[in-house]
Amino acid sequence: MSKPEKLLDKKGLRLDGRKLDELRPIKMEVGVLSNADGSAYLEQGKNKVLAAVYGPKEVHPKHLALADRAILRCRYHMAPFSVEERKSPAPSRREIELSKVIREALEPAVFLEYYPRTAIDVFIEILQADGGTRCAGITTAALALADAGVPMRDLVVACAAGKIEGKLVLDLMDLEDKYGEADVPLAMMPGINAVTLLQMDGSLTLEEFQNAVKMAMEGCKQIYEEQKKALRARYIAIKEAINE
Amino acid sequence: MPTFFESKELVTPGDLLAEGDYIAGENTYQEDKKIFAERIGLVEYDNRKVRVVALRAFYIPRIGDVVIGMITEVGFNGWEVDINAPYTAILRASDVLERGFRPQKNDLLSILDIGDLVIAKVTAYDRGSNPVIKISEPGLGKISRGQLIKVTPTKIPRIIGRKGSMISMIKRETNCRITLGQNGLIIISGKTREDEQLAIMALRKVEDESHTSGLTDRIAEMIRKEKEGRRKNVQT
Repeated sequence: MSKPEKLLDKKGLRLDGRKLDELRPIKMEVGVLSNADGSAYLEQGKNKVLAAVYGPKEVHPKHLALADRAILRCRYHMAPFSVEERKSPAPSRREIELSKVIREALEPAVFLEYYPRTAIDVFIEILQADGGTRCAGITTAALALADAGVPMRDLVVACAAGKIEGKLVLDLMDLEDKYGEADVPLAMMPGINAVTLLQMDGSLTLEEFQNAVKMAMEGCKQIYEEQKKALRARYIAIKEAINE
Repeated sequence: MPTFFESKELVTPGDLLAEGDYIAGENTYQEDKKIFAERIGLVEYDNRKVRVVALRAFYIPRIGDVVIGMITEVGFNGWEVDINAPYTAILRASDVLERGFRPQKNDLLSILDIGDLVIAKVTAYDRGSNPVIKISEPGLGKISRGQLIKVTPTKIPRIIGRKGSMISMIKRETNCRITLGQNGLIIISGKTREDEQLAIMALRKVEDESHTSGLTDRIAEMIRKEKEGRRKNVQT
């Protein structure tokens, strides 16, 4: 898509009609893949993300195994059809880096020390991308981990804040990310108030940065509630069907 | 000392379950004086102990568990067995052969081949080494017939029911022999295929609805209805 003339209209609304501190509409579903031990699907605006978790299981190749804890392996991958111009399916430099970043965002949440000499594999597939896919990936992966029955300190949620045309905004989409001034993705465990990922791209003053972090945290908390709802949904549906 | 949920309420990882003088039980962890959930499940408050009955989990071996496993590899002096856990189990030839094991004489493949299913008991397991299992006890050994299904391992206690009420009811109503492995694998063998299908249906229903109350009665009713439906089909 070409560069839009303005990212904010006269009323101060964004390209898709959102207010500055408004999230994109979000939809989650848990347990969508029957062959995986745990799985989740998420739609956040035009983002569509699928995550699958396998394990804990024996580590292959064996030399990667750790004697005192499990290893967490993460693969973030964008489908060739996820963007406007076909993306080569081979993992790019960016995807390899994001895989590592996402792994490090999830690791503090998982009780890896419970299961030494095993591996937990997380696969994140971006089916359609529209900015903020690393955050969407983390949110989805955390759901898939919980669905797999992997013991966790808390669910991990991620959300970005940024700056476009001098204003701080929440949950940037692709165009805002590309043509805006800054992007601050943040992942956290809201239940225990711990941040597991914090990145920044662009330029912000110290004050703006602090406000952006605050804003992203607020966004995380909103998504966190949706995450919990999605995890419960399946069991509550069964219960209600019986009570009728 | 507040608690934050009703007993038997659905909780998700990271939910604060209790604060103050409580003890963290299964699937919970403690930080300072706060107790949080580790897994999705139903919370239970038992005096000062807080635990979560997990709805989603995998099997971790415990000594004394009866499990169902599949032979995945035949070695020089034993077998490797997949017991649906993160670790493969070891079955030693010296344990299977009663009169001492001699590698030159005994052909392990003729006793248990790859793909064979066994009912076994866990005899040794710790964090440092793989579990060891045995099949030399009455009730254990190679499985020759029946159908195998997989359920979430944490739901095995629910399938057994209080003092075995659920499983004995299903066995009685469907005329099937059912062997439960603590690792979530179940062997069902009945006189006819229909009986087996009925038992599988009942077990699946227990798995899906394990977090609801009045389940035994509903399962009994379902089996009866199914049987009636079949009788009518036969008559017409």
